[in-house]
Amino acid sequence: MHNKSMTELAAGLRAGDYSSVELTQHFLDRIQRLDSKLNSFITVCSDEALSAAKTADQQLQAGEAGPLTGIPIAHKDIFCTEGIKTTCGSKMLESFISPYDATVVARLKAAGIVNLGKTNMDEFAMGSSNETSYYGVVHNPWDSETVPGGSSGGSAACVAARLAPAATGTDTGGSIRQPAALCGITGLKPTYGRVSRYGMIAFASSLDQAGPMTTSAEDAAIMLQAMAGFDAHDSTSADQPVPDYSAGLEDDLSGLKIGLPKEYFGEGLDAAVAKSVEEAIAEYKKLGAEVVEISLPNTHLAVPTYYVVAPAECSSNLSRFDGVRYGHRCEDPKDLEDLYKRSRAEGFGDEVQRRILIGTYALSAGYYDAYYLKAQRVRHLISEDFTRAFEQVDVIMGPTAPDTGFRIGEKANDPVSMYLSDIYTIAVNLAGLPGMSIPVAPAAGKPTGLQIIGNYFAEAQLLNVAHRLQMATDYHQAAPSNIEQ
Amino acid sequence: MSLDHADVKKIAHLARLDVSDGQMVSIAKDLSNILDLVEQLNSVDTEGVVPMAHPLHMAQRLRSDEVTETDHREVFQSIAPQTEDGLYLVPKVIE
Repeated sequence: MHNKSMTELAAGLRAGDYSSVELTQHFLDRIQRLDSKLNSFITVCSDEALSAAKTADQQLQAGEAGPLTGIPIAHKDIFCTEGIKTTCGSKMLESFISPYDATVVARLKAAGIVNLGKTNMDEFAMGSSNETSYYGVVHNPWDSETVPGGSSGGSAACVAARLAPAATGTDTGGSIRQPAALCGITGLKPTYGRVSRYGMIAFASSLDQAGPMTTSAEDAAIMLQAMAGFDAHDSTSADQPVPDYSAGLEDDLSGLKIGLPKEYFGEGLDAAVAKSVEEAIAEYKKLGAEVVEISLPNTHLAVPTYYVVAPAECSSNLSRFDGVRYGHRCEDPKDLEDLYKRSRAEGFGDEVQRRILIGTYALSAGYYDAYYLKAQRVRHLISEDFTRAFEQVDVIMGPTAPDTGFRIGEKANDPVSMYLSDIYTIAVNLAGLPGMSIPVAPAAGKPTGLQIIGNYFAEAQLLNVAHRLQMATDYHQAAPSNIEQ
Repeated sequence: MSLDHADVKKIAHLARLDVSDGQMVSIAKDLSNILDLVEQLNSVDTEGVVPMAHPLHMAQRLRSDEVTETDHREVFQSIAPQTEDGLYLVPKVIE
């Protein structure tokens, strides 16, 4: 059952081949048996999952089921889940039981989804390797010595290992796409504003966006369908109609114009990754697409811009964790300042503290113009690169990440080298565009991804482009052999 | 750009983070490295470029001024470290 796509599972449930309770139990058993090798879950919700599965079975029997009814998935532990521990990978929220559901959680619940549990992640989504989690590193299911990527590392690892058919993720600078690439799965970061951020613990509010992590583009389409749409609870939610994401999946790609930014294929790109990406692009030519070289001249400025904008917004967002209303509080504070300072120093890990400090500095009196305002101006230039490119091409393609999964510990002590793992993904968040990563031929035996970037609200086109490759190839069906299948 | 201990101490105070003297050296080094990375932005001429605060050009929506939420105080305070009579407790601030 675990090697079936969500679409296949939905058909199986309808045909009565298995019940949602059986399906849910099957995945819970796999998690119990196999997750000790991965550490992809922080919390497993066995009782809640089985109870939701029972309800789903009743709906299936009554003929009231939708395309997702009874299918189990996992949620990244950044999404608030009512009555269930929501840690965001941090000691700060070690005992935080959310009093409400995030909109994404509520919508998927309403669609009949069963929640298997909450997945491990970099603390407050700040990291590219899942090593900053307070709950321990996640192991890549393809090679336990390497990282799964981050920050949605637990979601990527559990889907790759088939411990869940799909999972939710969030992406601020590449946190869906980069782990999807490193674990060999499909991940989609929608246009900024497409999916509600309500109840998704904030990191950098002008960049954060939630999306599906699945084994195929077809599954990503049905999952995004349930996640996307306007939400009055999120003031940045886009008030735009949601198209049918599955309708055009098989559309012909003849005449599709693909832009390859020359800056994405230069220095710093691993040769084996480049070869895998080029193979996928050759496949697109066979499917009738036309490939043109383009330029995104400000690409090299994306990482430095991000490391002003994201920490600035993070320092502001994370000021809410003060030890007063919820979250960790230090023992015996001698005064209010001591309570704030020690609660925060004890509750936050090193990387989160680093980013709060950098952000505080960039926003402090005398430095605001030189850092924050300057970065926002450069952000505009980066965004204009894409505007110009989309006048010439329909989609942009390149590698998702410059390398395959690196070894655990390899970059842990060098923050700047870790930041460069997101060199191809960060600009997409700065511009607010949708981007996807899909698995391509392994690079020197390890999973890697092709990134597809689209114009604003062009998710349906990205899914179509991704699905056509998945119809023609079977890269996305490969599952890690060292995890029992 | 290189930060010294006094800079780190000041920033940590603004951020309300307790940073011990033992952590100063590594934090100052890490922050300075990040600022070196960010330094590249200064090589770009941004004269006349409008700062981009947000990716979508949307106006903030307004809603009518009506009560739409019910009182959740008990639920919200049930997860607080310390409360009394509906109030959040903190160390004494006024003598």
